[in-house]
Amino acid sequence: MATQLVKGNTAVIIGALYAGCDSFFGYPITPASEILHEAAKKFPAAGRRMVQAESEEAAINMVFGAGATGRRTMTASSGPGISLKQEGVSYLSGAQVPAVIVDIMRAGPGLGNIGPEQGDYNQVVKGGGHGNYRNLVLAPASVQEMCDFTRKAFELAQKWRMVVFVLADGVLGQMIEPLRFPEASVAPETDTSWAVDGTAVTRPNVVTSIFLNFDQQEAFNRQLQEKYAAVEAAEQDSEDYRMEDADIGLVAYGISARIAQGAVDAARAEGIRAGLFRPKTLYPFPKDALNAFVAKGGKQLVSVEMSNGQMRDDIKLAVECRCPVHLANRLGGNLITRDEVLAKVREAAKKA
Amino acid sequence: MEKVIQTRGLYKTFPRKGGSAQTATHYCPGCEHGVLHKLIGEALADLGLQDRTVVISPVGCSVFAYYYFDTGNIQVAHGRAAAVGTGISRTKNDAVVISYQGDGDLASIGLNETLQAANRGEKIAVFFVNNTVYGMTGGQMAPTTLVGEKTETSPEGRDPLQAGYPLHMAELISQLKAPVYIARVSFSNMAKLRQARQAIRKALEIQRDGKGYAFVEVLMACPTNQKMNVEAAIRFVSEQMEAEYPLGVLRDRSGEAKTLVRAESDYRKETLDRLLHLDTDRAPDAKLDPSARTVSVKMAGFGGQGVLSMGVILARTACAAGKFVSWYPSYGPEQRGGTANCGVVISGQPVGSPVVAEADVLVAMNRPSLEKFAGEVKPGGLLIYNAAIGEFAAPAGVRVLAVPAQELAKQGGSPRASNTAMVGVLAALGGFGLPDAVYREAIATHFSGKESVVKQNEAVFELARQWGAKQKP
Repeated sequence: MATQLVKGNTAVIIGALYAGCDSFFGYPITPASEILHEAAKKFPAAGRRMVQAESEEAAINMVFGAGATGRRTMTASSGPGISLKQEGVSYLSGAQVPAVIVDIMRAGPGLGNIGPEQGDYNQVVKGGGHGNYRNLVLAPASVQEMCDFTRKAFELAQKWRMVVFVLADGVLGQMIEPLRFPEASVAPETDTSWAVDGTAVTRPNVVTSIFLNFDQQEAFNRQLQEKYAAVEAAEQDSEDYRMEDADIGLVAYGISARIAQGAVDAARAEGIRAGLFRPKTLYPFPKDALNAFVAKGGKQLVSVEMSNGQMRDDIKLAVECRCPVHLANRLGGNLITRDEVLAKVREAAKKA
Repeated sequence: MEKVIQTRGLYKTFPRKGGSAQTATHYCPGCEHGVLHKLIGEALADLGLQDRTVVISPVGCSVFAYYYFDTGNIQVAHGRAAAVGTGISRTKNDAVVISYQGDGDLASIGLNETLQAANRGEKIAVFFVNNTVYGMTGGQMAPTTLVGEKTETSPEGRDPLQAGYPLHMAELISQLKAPVYIARVSFSNMAKLRQARQAIRKALEIQRDGKGYAFVEVLMACPTNQKMNVEAAIRFVSEQMEAEYPLGVLRDRSGEAKTLVRAESDYRKETLDRLLHLDTDRAPDAKLDPSARTVSVKMAGFGGQGVLSMGVILARTACAAGKFVSWYPSYGPEQRGGTANCGVVISGQPVGSPVVAEADVLVAMNRPSLEKFAGEVKPGGLLIYNAAIGEFAAPAGVRVLAVPAQELAKQGGSPRASNTAMVGVLAALGGFGLPDAVYREAIATHFSGKESVVKQNEAVFELARQWGAKQKP
């Protein structure tokens, strides 16, 4: 094992390199630019390709081309850039081309500012482009996970032939922590059953997202939904912190989860039985584990997020409103504080 | 007809098209896409390139080019073919990439991608169908529509005051240095058809040899959307379009152009470990020690005072000593000339929030920071500040120390290293329990590659540490 002190955005590129990512296509945007910088420094040095694209749309379409050859490829951006990429995400999903996209969220809407927010939840977790598709979404909460989840994203993208997002925020991108390096590197195989890479074996293949015939298009859509059902069954992932005997479950991902963890400890010190449920996948939302908490006697939930209740909607759907779901949030680039979360927990405790 | 359709390089039948007429194309009568398909297909077959080729079908009438080309096929979003082609070509060095696009696709919605890929000299053969109208969407004005030409969206004829002038794509691209080959051709008579055939072959030979970007603009008739019979449509090409868009080879550097080889990925772990400096920059894994106190440090000052580096050096030291640690900066415009601050949390267990709201230790390098953050120091906490700030009314219950950071830095031989002086004082008074030797290692790693800078900073650190050890804040 080897540990190094690393910035979150750098950890993404470290994960990508060890995962055997062949190419990086990106466009500058704060607070994600260091990912592009690191790719520019490290990718060519390992024979990997890096292109600074002329636009976010070009970047995601370069990813489409590289991904269609069956090789591992990625891009990274932040809110406004992700909005621009949504056309490409829809096409990738329609053509079932695997790709990894990292979103270092900033405050919106519009140009907003570069402070940390989690307001891209809907556009990433629900799918911001057109059509009946889903993205697999991983939510890291540490520099370690920025690396590990990026590596995992490539595995999942290939396994399911899906777009996999690593959804992080400005804090995770900018912060530095010790990173335990990957113990192995991957030399990925091309799946020649569908890829088109300019070889005799893939010559019969076509990568496309168009079915002129309505019934064919419907059948394809049904197939996609079956795949998503399988993803929901197989890939839900979450972590519990002091949830065993909790009455109040805080639900938070990314940096909000780390702040909420402090609030759990503070609440416990006051005799309030609080716990933290941290989704590591946002799609699929880890509803089975959350429902198990409610079934076991969890009385209330608090969604702790730096967005306007976007994740709370998913929590409500997951537990089918069988318990109250409160919201503790900040917006606009402001981090929520431990004490703000704690105040919400106290309020909930009084209602119980 | 059957003979025309069964062309080398194209499929014999078109099952992807579906329906009953599996040897007929989906194109309208009199449309010249079929001719261009046939010329490209024949060239690919003659040059032996079909196994290596990926044809990109655009959005437009040729959206279904993949029904026909007996090659690898990819269908892409409107206007994005050049970017997709870039992705393919960069990933697969030997692939022969063909981008087949119409005027709306290439010259309107995809103009940026088109010009940028050309300017990068991507290894792509672009076949650009210019028939002056949008076909698939029903005859709207294209960037290439002639002045006065009537379309669905220029019912009175294209008015330059409203809609500008026809875009000359071959000429635009010939302003760029990278493209290897640029030509404009038409099929309006047999001689021109032969020239077109040659241009298409040339573009594909350049791809066979991996030499770079080739652009062939093909003027074509679209009887359906130009609302003409076939003869009139061909006459429109030869009399009006060719007058606006002169035929010819605008550039041919295929002779002097060199084969462009993209790198091969190196997946070996040794390569990556070396690239990421794991040989020289390597800390032990953090050791779990729940009994160790968690310390939160806030550091703040002007941008340029090395506040962020100061935090990184402290974080490096903690990391090298096997602690759990996090460093989080204020980031963005604040870094550029304004104030900067960062928080460092050192712990014996995984760090919860990296955001320091209440500090055990505050290091303030300028007055605004001191005034802003002094109130956030916990009771009994330590506040050290740059003595150059001058008089300051310290909050009650906090240990306070003014550090002559600039003087210490000057004495140590590096006037700019006030921040390192503060690290020295922290080593003496911060209560982090980190060995002095590890601070020195962290300083060496932080400034690695600059021997004299390392030496100076080590000297400043040592001087300040000794100074700090004598103080009783």
